[in-house]
Amino acid sequence: MRRYDAVKAIVDCLDDEFIVACNGLISRELFSVKDRTRNFYMLGSMGLSSAIGLGAALARPDKKIVVLDGDGNMLMALGILATVGVFLPKNFVEIVLDNECYESTGGQDSASPVTKFDAISSSCGFRNSGFVDSLDDLKKMLTVFLNSDGPSFIHVKVDRGRVSVPRVSISPVEIKNRFMRELES
Amino acid sequence: MLLNECGFDFYTGVPCSVLGNIINYLSESDRFMYVPATRESEALGIAVGAYMGGKKPVVLMQNSGLGNSLAALTSLVLLYRFPILLVVSWRGYLGKDAPEHLLMGKYMLDFLKVMNVPTRVLSADVLEEQIVDSVRVLAEEKVPVALILRRGVVE
Repeated sequence: MRRYDAVKAIVDCLDDEFIVACNGLISRELFSVKDRTRNFYMLGSMGLSSAIGLGAALARPDKKIVVLDGDGNMLMALGILATVGVFLPKNFVEIVLDNECYESTGGQDSASPVTKFDAISSSCGFRNSGFVDSLDDLKKMLTVFLNSDGPSFIHVKVDRGRVSVPRVSISPVEIKNRFMRELES
Repeated sequence: MLLNECGFDFYTGVPCSVLGNIINYLSESDRFMYVPATRESEALGIAVGAYMGGKKPVVLMQNSGLGNSLAALTSLVLLYRFPILLVVSWRGYLGKDAPEHLLMGKYMLDFLKVMNVPTRVLSADVLEEQIVDSVRVLAEEKVPVALILRRGVVE
């Protein structure tokens, strides 16, 4: 499955949930698939998308937070899974789109081919953890997890390769302000 | 605790012996949340998320952790203008400490100055004014503020 199609499938499953998207092509693809005021595009600070998502989930237990991550971001921040495991927020969903490489910088190999992210999350105490490698399974699992108490984790294996997408054209301060306004409401 | 009176209601960070009593106090209290982060950059990410969710967060760390925080400070906290209070211990103060603390102890204030992070070295006699002033800077300028804590200034 192409990562772009996975992003599209995820957005199709969502309603009023909040998305924190990691830096690089994943934010750009999300922006291209569907820009929403409930999307937070993390432009830099690689590795911190799940931390931002956790902070928002702890501050607002009444809002569902979905983190869209890549394998590179997740590998840089495996420690956050332990931190999530301490608090086990019911409203936290982490999705790792794993193409086994750093696509945004030209496709250099990452360390993820043998990494079972779903098993790591499960070991850290996540209530739901799963692995999928097809669009149908992704939609089914996400729908189930969105209707269950989290924290939930989906490891999604996707193909290497990229489609042509523009950069996020909203200023960082505006990304923050509109996301905050939505979280306040 | 003065920080609570100023409205700070969400704490995260990585411990330092200088901050030990403060973190113990926060962890044991059920009035607010302390999130033990696995690294300082993660604490900044958590604080950013909590801020967007309506909290007033504080990040506590040893100054060695400022090195771990560089990308998070420049490409997240400063870039998006997140007003997050940092409480940073000053290991290596006056060059008297274990060897691993001496260089960061020497360069820390320059490092914060280069990044344009408003910084106050806390003193027991003017502590309240320093914190009240920091709250004003956070609110008015929407930038992070660093409070530097030397051993013995706050118990």
